[in-house]
Amino acid sequence: MSKRTPVKRTEQDDEEHPSEHTGDGEHPSDRGDSGSPTDEQPSDPGVETGAESVVAGLENAGVEYMFGVTGGAIMPVYDALYEHEQITHITMAHEQGAAHAADAYGIVSGRPGVCMATSGPGATNLVTGIADANMDSDPLVALTGQVPRDFVGNDAFQETDTIGVTKPVTKYNIFSDDETTVGDDIGTAWALANEGRQGPTLVDLPKDVTQAETDSQPAEPSTPDSYDPPTAAEDVMVAAAAETLAAAERPLVLAGGGVIKGEATEELKTVAREHEIPVVTTMPGTGAFPQTDPLSQGIAGMHGTGYANLAISNCDVMLAVGTRFDDRLTGDIATFAPDAEIIHIDIDPAEISKNVEADYPLVGDAGVVMKQLLRAMPGTPPAETWREQCQAWQEEYPLDYEAPEDEPLKPEYIVESFDEVTPDDTIVAAGVGQHQMWAWQYWTFTEPRTWVTSHGLGTMGYAVPAAVGAKLAAPDREVVAFDGDGSFLMTAQELTVAAREDLDITIVVLNNEAVGMVRQWQDGFYGGRHMASEYSWAPQFDKVAEAFGAKGLRAETYEGLDATIQEARGYDGPAVIDAVIDPTENVYPMVPSGGDNARFALNADQLEGL
Amino acid sequence: MSRGELPGPAPEDRMQPEGRRNSQGIRIDPETEAEHPPERAVLSALVTHEPGVLAEISGLFSRRQFNIESLTVGPTVDDSLARMTIVIEEPRPGVDQAKKQLEKRIPVISVRELDTDAVQRELVIVKVNGDHPDQVNAITDMYNGQTLDAGPRTVTVELTGNQQKIDDAIDAYRQFGIRELVRTGYAALARGEAPTAQVSQPNQAPTDAQVATEEISDD
Ligand SMILES: Cc1ncc(C[n+]2csc(CCOP(=O)(O)OP(=O)(O)O)c2C)c(N)n1
Repeated sequence: MSKRTPVKRTEQDDEEHPSEHTGDGEHPSDRGDSGSPTDEQPSDPGVETGAESVVAGLENAGVEYMFGVTGGAIMPVYDALYEHEQITHITMAHEQGAAHAADAYGIVSGRPGVCMATSGPGATNLVTGIADANMDSDPLVALTGQVPRDFVGNDAFQETDTIGVTKPVTKYNIFSDDETTVGDDIGTAWALANEGRQGPTLVDLPKDVTQAETDSQPAEPSTPDSYDPPTAAEDVMVAAAAETLAAAERPLVLAGGGVIKGEATEELKTVAREHEIPVVTTMPGTGAFPQTDPLSQGIAGMHGTGYANLAISNCDVMLAVGTRFDDRLTGDIATFAPDAEIIHIDIDPAEISKNVEADYPLVGDAGVVMKQLLRAMPGTPPAETWREQCQAWQEEYPLDYEAPEDEPLKPEYIVESFDEVTPDDTIVAAGVGQHQMWAWQYWTFTEPRTWVTSHGLGTMGYAVPAAVGAKLAAPDREVVAFDGDGSFLMTAQELTVAAREDLDITIVVLNNEAVGMVRQWQDGFYGGRHMASEYSWAPQFDKVAEAFGAKGLRAETYEGLDATIQEARGYDGPAVIDAVIDPTENVYPMVPSGGDNARFALNADQLEGL
Repeated sequence: MSRGELPGPAPEDRMQPEGRRNSQGIRIDPETEAEHPPERAVLSALVTHEPGVLAEISGLFSRRQFNIESLTVGPTVDDSLARMTIVIEEPRPGVDQAKKQLEKRIPVISVRELDTDAVQRELVIVKVNGDHPDQVNAITDMYNGQTLDAGPRTVTVELTGNQQKIDDAIDAYRQFGIRELVRTGYAALARGEAPTAQVSQPNQAPTDAQVATEEISDD
């Protein structure tokens, strides 16, 4: 299989994975050839081993893709996959890439992505991606091989206490120690990742369990009886919240990632539009409300827009939906919406009053509770002056930049150029750093599940594998990833997967020859001492791309930029643009960490003065 | 000079809100409001009786920096369930948060914070120097304790009670020289008809069967 050119997917492969897969749990195996019953399909033998039970459990859940890297302890499961055509396994270069790809698949499709690795180093390599999913409540199932049960605890070859290591970063994990129930454990893990507040789960699979003989067919995926996520909020509290919101003079909606995860964007639009309430989104909430809507008040937090942060600081009632009030959003808690009564809708009771006290805690499903709230609204807030104020802030604090032709490329310009020529439902992935902030600030997001990045953990290296997972989840949509040179260097090897799988994605490395975000902090807070933040040498990323089997392009000047963008987009397969940008460009506005949101800095002097 | 600078009024020229929040995110009047003082809370949690649950719960408390005073765990009448009694010291919002974080873990079936009048007991075993056995016995009697082992050099006694009683007793034994001691931490049940933490709805009265099997002792 050693090939220097990308292996093209065959016609037949394409038929097996119809892009119009409905995603409602229906098996894509219903691909009406002869309509013959299953007993005639030799590719679907009954369960004979624990490993086959694992695969049957995944099939029950309607899993289409898995992302992984094989190895000793997980080999029985891989072997069982050999015969099963419903599931396509994407062999990644590194387990971290497998976890991020599965994570992005989960974000875009709304259903758990599945990643798999062997014991020991395979499992520990997954951990970054699992922790990332945990911070962002992304639905993810991780399967790890483990040494045989008799060896556990003896420091056997490639033994790691995977359960112990991943307990703090999973919603649920289980050491699956019985071949007759191992398939059920897969279903439980899948269902728990999917239901309630989504999150990562892990099943640790000792090799002797997956090798053992069993004919036990796993049950359909289901959560334990004791798991009962709330749906509707208490009516009394809803009524009180509605009354307060209806009387607000300076109302604001703060939409978090939970609105998207909870499929509640329509309800959000109705609340905002029916009652003319401006909407600010958090970084994970980006796309929950169209940024083209007149009520959109932008993105909030450390590098959010000035007008969003001022709206947060000065509102008198905040309807916060599906947000956990992360410190990158709130800044100093003392000054976070300090005049506001807070109505907090969240499916996780533990998020209520964790960081910011909720005056009206509404525990439940975002969409259901917003409908309750809509029904209970006694009127519409008298907020005309406030809306004018919000509008005035938008005019006072625009995101803006200059792009003189004779200077190096501005990253903001590149982001906007892409946005202009791509369809609205384009998926934008990003790594972590300045480039991520520019992508976030300068792209106009209008749809949910189009912004795919690492929010809570801030994991450099997320973009390339995420683009792989995103494309497989949405094969008909365009995928553009903005990456930094530093982030790209962490996971660039996953390009080989994009090439092998012939994935039509575009990666733009906004190359400032530095880990720019750190350099910016050094300029702002460390006297300009650029310790370990500048690269004295780095490869040419277009050449790296070519070596991995992708199309490599360069952009160094404004002249020809549009043509390069079109060439990358037009290329049928993965393309990488090494875009050499102005290395002195910094990200503003900026609220220094722990600062007051209303006192965001617009330039270096203001940053120093804070 | 760095680039990327943006137009707009400077920080001091912007609309500024008047209020403030305290470190717990609660809106306050900075003139009058003090922070919540820490309080002692007894949480009872019914959990599935399987390996790793104790590690999961103790890990949860340590990584979220809840101040834990004691944690005990043991089986219940139902073999598949174990009961944990956790005593924490936290400001009220911290206690509430600890309960919710506990409830969120999948192996946790139910959690209840016990009232201050709950039946709470701790066991201590103290080994003191055996030079004055009669005096040691007198103190043991006074605290309704029992002598478990007495030899020429050491006397080992057992006491149960609430924290205050045990602290007092330990103080009293100090004069003989305490060689070693071990305390179990609290075990607790709600008083009377009130449920502790149950499989059914936390607020429901216990069924007759539960009352019969899970003897609620009152003292
Ligand atoms: C895995 C990881 N290591 C370190 C960091 C700390 N960090 C945050 S942003 C950043 C710079 C990122 O550089 P690059 O990817 O080149 O993006 P740029 O900021 O230059 O756009 C670093 C090192 C991180 N977030 N993640």
